[in-house]
Parts: sequence; structure tokens; C-alpha cells
Amino acid sequence: MFKIVLKEELAPKIKLFKVMAPEIARKARAGQFIILRIDEEGERIPLTIADFDAQAGTITIIFQEVGKTTDLLGALEQGGYLQDFVGPLGMESEIESYGTVVCVGGGVGVAPVFPIARALKEAGNTVISIIGARNSELLIWKKEMSHISNKLYIATDDGSDGQKGLVSDVLAEILSSTSVDRIIAIGPVPMMEAVCKTAPENITAMVSLNPIMVDGTGMCGACRVEVDQKTRFACVDGPEFDGHKVNWELLKMRARMFVDEERIALTQSCGEGECSCHRKNAK
Amino acid sequence: MSQEKRKIIPQKHPMPYQDPAARCSNFEEVALGYSEETAVLEASRCIQCKNSPCIDGCPVGIDISAFIKMISERDYAGAISKIKEKNYLPAICGRVCPQESQCEAKCTIGKKNEPVAIGRLERFVADWEIARSMESAPKITPNGKQVAVVGAGPSGLTTAACLALKGYGVTVFEALHVAGGVLVYGIPEFRLPKKIVAREIENISRLGVEIRVNAVVGKLNRVDELLEQGYDAVYIGTGAGLPYFMNIAGENLNGVYSANEFLTRNNLMKAYKFPEYLTPIRVGNRVAVIGGGNVAMDSARTALRLGAESHIIYRRTLKEMPARHEEIEHAIEEGVQIQYLASPIEIKGNEEGRVSSILCQRYELGEPDASGRRSPIPVPGEMFEIEVDTVVMAIGQGPNPLVPQTTPDLKTNKWGNIIADAETAATSMKGVYAGGDVVTGAATVILAMGAGKTASEAIDAYLQGK
Repeated sequence: MFKIVLKEELAPKIKLFKVMAPEIARKARAGQFIILRIDEEGERIPLTIADFDAQAGTITIIFQEVGKTTDLLGALEQGGYLQDFVGPLGMESEIESYGTVVCVGGGVGVAPVFPIARALKEAGNTVISIIGARNSELLIWKKEMSHISNKLYIATDDGSDGQKGLVSDVLAEILSSTSVDRIIAIGPVPMMEAVCKTAPENITAMVSLNPIMVDGTGMCGACRVEVDQKTRFACVDGPEFDGHKVNWELLKMRARMFVDEERIALTQSCGEGECSCHRKNAK
Repeated sequence: MSQEKRKIIPQKHPMPYQDPAARCSNFEEVALGYSEETAVLEASRCIQCKNSPCIDGCPVGIDISAFIKMISERDYAGAISKIKEKNYLPAICGRVCPQESQCEAKCTIGKKNEPVAIGRLERFVADWEIARSMESAPKITPNGKQVAVVGAGPSGLTTAACLALKGYGVTVFEALHVAGGVLVYGIPEFRLPKKIVAREIENISRLGVEIRVNAVVGKLNRVDELLEQGYDAVYIGTGAGLPYFMNIAGENLNGVYSANEFLTRNNLMKAYKFPEYLTPIRVGNRVAVIGGGNVAMDSARTALRLGAESHIIYRRTLKEMPARHEEIEHAIEEGVQIQYLASPIEIKGNEEGRVSSILCQRYELGEPDASGRRSPIPVPGEMFEIEVDTVVMAIGQGPNPLVPQTTPDLKTNKWGNIIADAETAATSMKGVYAGGDVVTGAATVILAMGAGKTASEAIDAYLQGK
């Protein structure tokens, strides 16, 4: 069992957990992910690591309540426990001294961008960050990102914070005036795709893919993605790939594999009152 | 009972099975097991021949004639102890070992009649013990040495049990959230109930073996770090956990699963109980399973139980099928339809990106290939298409790459299998041993266990000589 030592609500439906997992915290690197399972009936879901603290022994995860499992997760309290927490999985981010790097985070994607941007800064890069959300209320980790960035840009759909528009619009402006050596983008698929379309082909634009997974160790192949016209497993070959080479249509299509079942889980899983949510409510 | 004059009963006592009409829609165990009376009668079919050729047929060398004699004398506690001298997972082996090509293939009675039902008797006596919740942990004197085992599948668990019995402190590192490996993620409930697996693993824990789940060696700890941390030796039994695909068009459409994914969702994550269990599985009306091994049978029979019409597509004929005969028979009884001499060349999808049909090439058999089986040759122009909603690829698995990837000193072959000595399971790294599917490629539970046993002896020799 893995204790939730801190729970914070960062924005409506966006929550942060610090989970006590000393061994994982000791090994975790920017770009890697964990898989968790809430309880016996739960699914295994992957979440990219938002931060790790080897001394405190904690892993920070940030998630948005978008379905049954993340809803249940959000209902857990500080001091509560997760049944399973496994990691660090996947390959770590490539961190080198590239020169000037633009780090783009959209929505909850700001969280996993944070440790990568920090590592890039520590490696001597000039880090320009762009973070965005639908509105200022949903914008997370503005302060954290400003600490580790040489310059921070903000974009919101409604203009309630920073520039009105998309993070990719801001990126286009930066690219027109600054020489950029590398781009990192994490967020919703359309955002990452837009960033890659904005960035010229000669600038590597790494994206972190989060397809459906089960085991997360290369065993099942559920997380198949196509990169450079080759099938890769995001869990062991990724999760980061050069976004210029990602087959975005396939990624979006495969994300819809269980769209009907996700709805059923949300609406019908409470049939007999024997389900995990009922038992939790009874406790 | 007079041994000399007794007339041999020509056939095995039949195994009682759940009726096919009922079982094709439930996940309860198919084979129900012998009653005590049937087991005693079956055991008495064994003539206790002097040379006991059956023992040579057992990859772990169980004293088969001895345990069968004890069953015939109703000494079940003695029989299970006899088995456990060599095999710590008897309830599992009694169910999933291919006895017909191992111990039973060598049985003297089997020369003129059906062999003694060794597997069924092993299962009977293992279940007898489980039903009595016997805590038969022997006294062990710790020798102060520590061994790390990577992977809690049949190979790793066997190594762990053997070493624990010799006095070693053993820690097993398992990547998934439960121990058992293929026994829990791969083999379905209806063939191997998970409570039986859990019970056998409890017995191993009772020997003092520590099993750490959620521990991905290669990511959390590397093999070299385990040695640095004070483990005197490491055994790698990480299995064949890398699914193969065919590299045909349409393979990434929604509705194409590897058998590993299909079975893992269902067995490990209990998707057949969705939405009580939250992991979904989607089969639609008709499923095509590609392959002819036990994994293909398990997938096809699972699809059937999830409510779909279930087809197997296999390149050769019934005679060449690598699955156990019993499994093929059960699948057919339950209503699985098999298309022989065919293989898919394309999977087609609809506008939503979901599988809609599978296009297959007809084959005929040519000359025997390297495996000794007649090789399939395409018949020009002969193609057919089946409308399906789901395709399950059960064409084999490669070795899981996580440990070799993170252990550069570990030599592997061109397929990524760890190279290990057949006699000692020793790898290219001092103190590191490997066995089971990660060395041999996908094989059987009992061969993986045999490798674990061999390795435990080699590790013992290495550490005692140290």
C-alpha cells in the first residue's frame, strides 16, 4: 500500500498527490511515469511523474478527473492509500546542453513538463517555457514553472491570464524572433500536434505520449504508437518521441478504443451497490 | 490387492468435465478433478514397473511411481510430500503440464493401453492438500546467504522454493501487482483457477520467500545493483513478455489485441467482470484468433465466454497444431471454429478505425521445415474475407527486454533471449543465472520450472564453493 501524504486541489477537477514511494523516488528521472491501481477492482492507469523527492521519498502526480478511475482517485483523501504504485517506467527524457529549449505545457501537461524543464535548466540550457490552459483558473504551477524558466509565457483560451490564444501561437512568435534548438511539449494531443506543426522539421520537438496501457512493461502492446512509420510501444520505447514523426491520427483513433466502456463505467458501475465506489461511500 | 494377477484397465478413468453447453458462457474451471475413489482406482492402474520410465519424462524428476503407489494406498499426505520433494507447484502442474508428451508418453502401461493418468493424480493429491489447508512448511536452517529472483512466474517461483528449502534467504521481485507471472496474467481461470495459484504461492511464501510485487527490476533496481546490495546471486526468470505482431496492414486498428493484452485484461484485471472491475475488454460479435498454440486456444475460448462467435485461423492443419490435444478438443466442443490452412494478410477497418474484417490467404502444406512440421505454402489467388470485430494475435512472444536492456554485461542472442548454459543456467555475468522463457523462447510452464530447478542447484553449488 502506498500512502497519499499530501493532497492539494490545484484547480477545479485538477488534483495533486504526493505519494510515499521511497524506492521509486530514489530512481525516478524526468520524463518517466508510474502506473497506479486504486484497489482490487481498479484499472492500472499510467501517470507521468510531475516531481520526485528522493530525500522525502515522495513522488508527485497531478491528474484531472476525466473518467471513472480519475474520479475515484480524486475522491481519495490525504492520508489514504493506493493499492499499487509501480515505477519508474519508460525511458527518461534526453537531457543535454542543447542551447535554447522551449518547454510547452498545456493543461495538466504542465506538471510533467516541470521536471524536464528543471533538468534542462540544470544542464545549462536557456529555458523558455510556455504554459497554457482554457482559463486562468485551470492554469497550474505558474509559480513553479517561473522559478525554473529563464522566461515564462502564458496563454489562455479566454485571455484571463497571459496572452489570449493557444500555446502554439506563442511558440510561433518565439520562433520568429529567437533561435531555438529544441522543443518539449506535453499536454492534450491536439495541443502537442499543433506545436509540432508550428515547429519547423529541423527542430526536434519531443512529445510525451499517454496512450492506453495495461502493464506498462512492454508485455501487452496496448500502447502501440506509430513513429517514423514504425510501431513502437510507448511504455518501454517512450513515452517521449520526436513529435514530427508521430502518426497523430492513429494516436487519436486508438485513444477512442474503449470510449463506450468508459461511459458505461461512469454511469453503470453502481448496479448492485457492490462496486468500489459504493463501498467507499459506505466507509 | 494382488499385483500379479490383476487385469489392466485399458483406459484412463475419465476426467469429469463441466458440460460444454454450460461452460462456454462461464469462467469456472472446465476439468472438475477426480474423486477420491476414482483417484485410488486410477492409481491402481500403475503396475509399479521396475525402471519407472515416467520419471525420465518429468522435467523436474518427480518420483512418480512412488507417489502413485501412496495414492493407491490412500496415503495422500505421503503422496503430496513425495511430489513436493521435487515440485513445489503440483496443483498447477497437474492442470497445465503437457503430460501426454512427457511422463505419460513414457508410461509402460501406455505401450498397449492408455497410460496412467499421472497428471490427473498429481492434481488430485495437490487439491486434496489444499482442501485440508495443510501447513506443511518443513524446518529450514538459514545458511545466511541471499538470492534475488527476478520474475514471480513458474521459473522464478520454482527457483525461489528450491533455494529456500536449502536455507537461502530469497527475495522475488515481480513487476506486476500480483505474483504468478503467466499463471495469473496468461492462463485463464477456466483452466487454472487463480485461487489455486494464490494458494500454491502462499505455500512458497511459507518457506520464508519474500515476494515483492510492483518491483520492476531494470527500472527500480538493476541486476548489478542487486548484487551490490548484498544478494550473493541473481536468477532471472522474466519470461516471454514481448508480444509479436505479423506486420500486416491494419494491425494497429482498434480491435486488434496481442494475446498478451487480451488475456491480461481478462485474467489479471478481471475484465470479464466489467464494470464491477474497471478494466474494460471489447470483443464484439465475432473474433478471429490467429495462431495454433495453447495461447490461441485460451484466447479463443475466452472470446467465446465473453459472448462472441470465436474463430481460430491457423496456417497448417490439426496435426501440426502446437496446442495440447486436450485444449483443441475442449475448444471445439465449446463451439470454437477452426479455419485451417489460412493466414491473414490484411486487417480492414471501418471509418471509425475499428476492425471490420480480416482478409486471409489460403495455404497448402509443403515439405517439412526446420521444426519438422510441414511448412505452409500460399495457394496463389486463393483468398477469403471474414467479417470480424476483434482480432487476437497469438503467434508467439519474445523475451521481455527490460532486464537485458538495463544490464549491458548480460549476453543475449539475436532474438534478445538471454544466453544461459543449459546445464547450469549460468549467464555471461558472474553470479547471475537465467532460465525459462527468457532463455528458451516461449515454451511450457514445466520446462520453465525445470530450468528453475537446474538453476537452483547450480546457484547452490556456486555459493557453497564460494
